Amino acid sequence: MSAQAKRLDRGGRIDRATPVNFTFNGKTYQGCAGDTVASALLANGVHLLARSWKYHRPRGVIAAGAEEPNALLQLETGAYAVPNARATQIELYEDLKASSVNAWPSVEFDAMAINGWFARMIPAGFYYKTFMWPKSFWTKHYEHYIRKAAGFGVAPVDHDPNRYEKTNAHCDVLVVGAGPAGLAAALAAGRSGARVILADEQAEMGGSLLASTQTIDGQPAAEWVSAALAELATLPEVRVLPRATVYGYLDHNFLTIAERLNDHLPLRARSANRERLWRVRAKRVVLATGAHERPLVFGNNDLPGVMLAGAVSTYTNRYAVRLGDKAVVFTNNDSAYQSALDLHAAGVNVVAVVDPRSNPQGELPLAARAAGIRIIDASVVTEARGGKRISGVQVMGLTANGEVGGSAQALDCDLLAISGGWSPVIHLSSQSCAKAIWSDEKACFLPGKPVQAEVSVGACAGEFTLNAALAGGLAAGAQAAQLADFETGVPATPEVRDPLEQPMLALWRVPSPAKPGRGSKAFIDFQNDVGVSDIRLAAREGYQSIEHTKRYTALGFGTDQGKLGNINGMAVLAEALAQTLPETGTTTFRPNYTPVTFGTIAGRDLGELFDPIRKTALHGWHVEHGAKFEDVGQWKRPWYYPRPGEDMHAAVNRECLAARNGVALMDASTLGKVDIQGEDAAEFLNLIYTNAWKKLGIGMARYGLMLKEDGMIFDDGVTVRLAENHFVMTTTTGGAARVMTWLERWLQTEWPHMKVRLTSVTDHWATIAVVGPKSREVVSRVCPDIDFSKEAFPFMALREGTAAGVAARVVRISFSGELSYEINVNANAARQVWDAVMAAGAEFDITPYGTETMHVLRAEKGFIIVGQDTDGSVTPQDCGMGWAIKKTGDFIGRRSFSRPDTARSDRKQLVGLLTSDPNVVLPEGAQLVKNPNAPIPNPMEGHVSSSYWSANCGRSIAMALVKDGFKRMGETLHAPLGDGRVVSATICKPVFIDPEGAHQNV
Amino acid sequence: MSEAVRLQSPLVGFQLDARADAGVILRERAFCSHLNLRGEQSDPAFAAAIKQVLGLEVPFTPNTTTSAGDQTLYWLGPDEWLLVAAPEQAATLEAALRKALAGQFASVVDISGGQTVVELRGGNARDVLAKGCPLDLHPRAFGVGQCAQSHLAKCPLLLRPLADGFEVVVRRSFSDYFFSWIEDAAQEYGFSVVS
Amino acid sequence: MLLITCPWCGPRAESEFSCGGEAHIVRPKDPDALSDAEWADYVFYRTNTKGDHAEQWVHTYGCRRWFNVIRNTVTYEIKAVYKPGETPAGGEA
Ligand SMILES: [Zn+2]
Repeated sequence: MSAQAKRLDRGGRIDRATPVNFTFNGKTYQGCAGDTVASALLANGVHLLARSWKYHRPRGVIAAGAEEPNALLQLETGAYAVPNARATQIELYEDLKASSVNAWPSVEFDAMAINGWFARMIPAGFYYKTFMWPKSFWTKHYEHYIRKAAGFGVAPVDHDPNRYEKTNAHCDVLVVGAGPAGLAAALAAGRSGARVILADEQAEMGGSLLASTQTIDGQPAAEWVSAALAELATLPEVRVLPRATVYGYLDHNFLTIAERLNDHLPLRARSANRERLWRVRAKRVVLATGAHERPLVFGNNDLPGVMLAGAVSTYTNRYAVRLGDKAVVFTNNDSAYQSALDLHAAGVNVVAVVDPRSNPQGELPLAARAAGIRIIDASVVTEARGGKRISGVQVMGLTANGEVGGSAQALDCDLLAISGGWSPVIHLSSQSCAKAIWSDEKACFLPGKPVQAEVSVGACAGEFTLNAALAGGLAAGAQAAQLADFETGVPATPEVRDPLEQPMLALWRVPSPAKPGRGSKAFIDFQNDVGVSDIRLAAREGYQSIEHTKRYTALGFGTDQGKLGNINGMAVLAEALAQTLPETGTTTFRPNYTPVTFGTIAGRDLGELFDPIRKTALHGWHVEHGAKFEDVGQWKRPWYYPRPGEDMHAAVNRECLAARNGVALMDASTLGKVDIQGEDAAEFLNLIYTNAWKKLGIGMARYGLMLKEDGMIFDDGVTVRLAENHFVMTTTTGGAARVMTWLERWLQTEWPHMKVRLTSVTDHWATIAVVGPKSREVVSRVCPDIDFSKEAFPFMALREGTAAGVAARVVRISFSGELSYEINVNANAARQVWDAVMAAGAEFDITPYGTETMHVLRAEKGFIIVGQDTDGSVTPQDCGMGWAIKKTGDFIGRRSFSRPDTARSDRKQLVGLLTSDPNVVLPEGAQLVKNPNAPIPNPMEGHVSSSYWSANCGRSIAMALVKDGFKRMGETLHAPLGDGRVVSATICKPVFIDPEGAHQNV
Repeated sequence: MSEAVRLQSPLVGFQLDARADAGVILRERAFCSHLNLRGEQSDPAFAAAIKQVLGLEVPFTPNTTTSAGDQTLYWLGPDEWLLVAAPEQAATLEAALRKALAGQFASVVDISGGQTVVELRGGNARDVLAKGCPLDLHPRAFGVGQCAQSHLAKCPLLLRPLADGFEVVVRRSFSDYFFSWIEDAAQEYGFSVVS
Repeated sequence: MLLITCPWCGPRAESEFSCGGEAHIVRPKDPDALSDAEWADYVFYRTNTKGDHAEQWVHTYGCRRWFNVIRNTVTYEIKAVYKPGETPAGGEA
C-alpha cells in the first residue's frame, strides 16, 4: 500500500506539506504533522492495532480521544518507553516508534487468541474463582499465566531521563476544556480582567469545533476558534494551557493539571522538562469537558472497523482520513446522521443508516435521506461479521416492545459507525463530590448540584447543541468572574444554527436473536473484555451493587475508568436486577481522569531535594576533615572522622579513648534550643518537666525529662537559667520542632494566662562540646575572660564571656561523664571559635568525634537517648530515672504514673547487658528470651535498645528493656539472631564506667 | 562582635555567577541583625517602646511590614514580630529594646546567627517561588508592604514582596537546601548569583 | 489539599498547617481527683465524629498559632474557624 493511501485529498487540519515518518510494529509508515498515531495509521489503512485483555480479540480504534479503550500502544523503548499510550492521543513526531501491547507473538497472529475460543470458560470472576487455591500455585503457575496473558504494556526499567516540574498556581477562574463552551467561558471571564487558566488535553484547542461543519457568525467554526485564541493571547491575566489534562478535582477547589511539554517532539529534540504538574487553587471552576459517545452493544461490536460515529466525523473532517469504502451507520439518535453526511461528502459509500426509531424526521435524517442515503428504520444491527476487520453486519427489525424479529438482512461494509447517544464527561464534577443525576429525558447522567465553587457547561452539562454550549459558556464565564469579584457582563452569543433533532431511543443493548448463552459476544467494556453476559452472570451470582459488580467483572477498571462502558453496563445490570438506572446508580469517579506518569507526581522531589538536608554552621569543616555523616532527623551530623586507613570501628575506638583520656570536641549545634522568658517561665517549666525549677539558681543548669500525659518520656535536655525570668532549654535534635509546637500549644490553648514567651534559637547558636580530662585547659585558652577553676565554675553552671573574641555562653555539662564544656556562640562565628578550640587543643591531640562516639560514651554511663532507649512506651521509672521526678506538685504526665498499667512493677525496664563473650556486640533490636530452645512462639523477655563496642571497657556493652529487669540482675538471657547464632548476656546495671561519677568531679 | 571575628554566612561557599540573561537572580544580604520580638498588642506601652527605640510603628495588621531606612519590622504572629536591621546592630538594639520593654510581658531575642536574608529578582522570580510555595504570589494578592510565612518545598521561610522581586528570610540550617532547591528550580529560566 | 482559613493569616494551603486532633479537650484542673477511668478518658479517648467535628490546628509554617476548626469529616467542608477561647459563630463549641 502506498504511503497514506487512505488520506483524503482535501480538507482536514493536518499539514500535508510536512510528512512524518514513524514505525508501528516494526513497519515504517508516513503520516502528516498534525496527525495522532491513530489518525496516521488509519490514513495508512491500518485498523488492527491491538489485542484485547482477556480474550486477545483483534481490536481497532473506536474513538478519537481520551476515551479510546482499545488502541493502547507501547510507545518507544528503553528509558523513553511509555506503556499503554492511547494511539488517539499520541501526537505524531518524526521517528516515533510504537507497537501493540498485549499481543504475542504479534498483533496479526496472537497465540493467546485461543482465549477467545474458550470465552465461555473465562467468565466474570474467573480469576477470583480459578486462581484461588492452592496458594503455592500462585507463584508457580497462575501468576506466570496471568502476567503473560493479561499484561498490558511494559513499564520501562531504565532510569527516567526526563525532568518533571511542579508548580502552584492560583486563579479566579479555571476553565477545563477548550471546546466551544470552554473557549466561550474563558473569553467571557478573561475580558473582565480576572486571572483565568484555560486547560485542554489536546495540542490544538477547539474541541469538537475542529471537526465541525457548522458555522459561527457565518464563519467556519475553526475560524471562530482561531479568533478566540488570538483574543485570549492578548489578555495578560489569561493563561492558556494546551496538552494539559485536568485529571483531579480535589478539596476546596484544588485541581491538578498534567501539562505535557515535550511528548510531541522527536526524542532527539527533547530537552528540559517533560511534564509540569499544575497544582491550581481556583476561586471558581467552569467545567466544559464535553461528552463521550456511547457505543451500541451487539454481537462482535468490538471488531476493528466498528467506530463511534463522532470519531468517524473527526477522522474524516479533522484528519482527512478515508476510514473505509463501504460504511454502515447504526444509531439511536440524530447526531450520527451528521457522520453519515460527512462520510458521504468525503466520497465514502454510505450503504445505510440503521435506526431503531421509526421514520426519523429530524433535520439530519432528512438531510441524509435527501443526499440519497438509505435509512433502515425500526431496525438494529444484531451482529457484526469479520475477522481482523469488519466485513458486514446483520440487520433485523425491532418491534415496538423491544424485541428483534423478522428476517435478517446482511449488509457488506468495512466501516460501521455507531452511536448510542452521548454521556457527559462528569468525571471532574463527580470528583468534586457533586452527586450525578440521572436524566431520563437525555438518557445520561448529568452533573449534580455543585458542592464546590464550580459549574458545568455545554455537552458535559447535557447541553449538546453548539448554541447552548456557546451561550452557556459565555454566561458561566462571566458569572464565574463576577463571583470572583470582577465586574463584567455576559457577551452576546454568536450566531449559530443547530439542526432540529428528535429524541433518541434509549437502547442499552441490542436484544440478541440467539438463545441465551449462545451468539457472539457483545462487549460493554472493551478494555476489560466485559460483555453483557458477564454482567448478567454477576447479577445471577448475587452482585447487586454496581460497585461490587464493577470489581467482580472489572467493568470500568484500568486506564479506561468506564469512559465508554459504564452507562451501558449499569443499564444491563439494572435490567438484570429489574430495577431502574437511578436505583442502580453509578460508580464513583476518582482521580485520575486519565493515567498520570509517576514522574509528574514525583516532580523534583527527588534525591537531594526530596527532604531538607539541614547543616550546621560547621558542616564545611566536617566535610574538609573527612567526616562520615549520619542522618539525624533532617540533619547531617558527623558520624565519625576516619583517619587514613581507619575503618569505622578503629576511628570510633580512637575517638572514644581520646574523650576519656585527653580531649575531644563535637559539633552539638543540632540540639534544639528554646529561649524562654516571662514571669511564669519557671512555673511553666514545672509543669512541662518532671522536676522542680523554681529554686534553680541563676547561672545554673538542670536536666529535665518531658513526658506526654500518658506518663511516657517524650523528650529530654538541659535547661539553663540566665536570669530570674529567662531560661534557655535544649531539646533532642530530632525533637526540636515538636517540642516547640508542644510548648506553644500548652501556652496558647491551655494556659493562656501564663506569662511566658518562647523563641526558637536552635539555628542561632552553634554549640561546640569540648570533652575530656584536658578540656579545662583547652577552653581556658579559648575563653580567657572566664574562670574555669573547679570552684568558680562548678558542674551544671553557665558562664558568659568570650570565646576567640566572640560572645559566648559556656555551660559545664556532660553527656559522657567526663569533665566537659559546651561553648555556644552565634553560628556566623562558629568556624572561628571551632578553629580556636582546635588550635588550643593541638598540643593534647584534640580529637573531633561524631555521633557514634557520643553514643558509646553516653552508653558507657547508662545515659538514655530518647527515641533509641525509649519508644513512647517508657516511663521515667522504667529507665530508673525516678530521681528526676519531683515529689510534690503537678506536671504533665504525672497522674498517669498511678494508672494500673504504668504502676506495674514488672514493666520493661532499662538494664545493662554484658555478653558472655565480651567480643560479641549484640545487634540493636535483638529480642531476648529465657530459653532459646523453647518452641516458637518463644516468649519475649525484652529487647536490646543500645549496643556498642566500648574501647574504654575493652568489651561490648549493651542496654536493654527487659520485663521486670530491675529485679533480674545477674540473670542470663539469650538473643537468638537472624543468622542462627544465639548470644547469651547477663543483666547488670547500665553503668559501665566510673559509677561514682569521679571523672567529672574535678 | 569585634572587627577581628571572621564570620560565615549560611550560604558560605556558593559561587557568584552573574549572568545577564538569567531569569532568576539571587543575592544574599548576609549578616543582617535579626531580632525576634514578642509582646502584647493590647498594651499601648509595647508599641510605644518599639517606636521609641526604632522609630517604627509595630505592624499590627497580620502579614504586613513597616520599614524605615535599613530596618524592617515583620508581623509574624499576633504577639510576634521580626526586626531585621543592618549588620552589627543586634547587640545594641537588643539592649535598647530590652531596656525600653522592661516590665512588660515582652521578649527580645537575638537570632542573627540563625537566619539570613536572600533577595530573588529577575523575570522569573515569582515563577521559581511558585514551584514550591503554596502562597498566591501575584501582585494583586501579595504586594509591597505585605509579608507572609510559608514554605518552599519543605523549607520554612518568610517572604516579602519587593518592588522588583522578593525578599526571603531563610533559617540557617535550611539555607543550603533552599539554595539547592532554587538553583534546581531556576534551571529552566537561567540562574545567577550576584553580590 | 484543603484551604484553611487561619484566624490571623486568612486562607492558606493545608500544607502550611498541622492537625492536632479533637479540640476542646481540657486538661483537668486537679488530675488527682479523677478516677483512672476519667483520667484515661482525658488522655486516650477521642470522639470519632462522622460529620461536623471540632479540631485543633496549628499554622505550623505561618504564624504558629493554634486555633479551632469545625470540619465536616464527610465532606471536608470547613464550617468555622475560631481562636482558642472563642466559640464559633452560630455554632456550638
Ligand atoms: Zn496564621
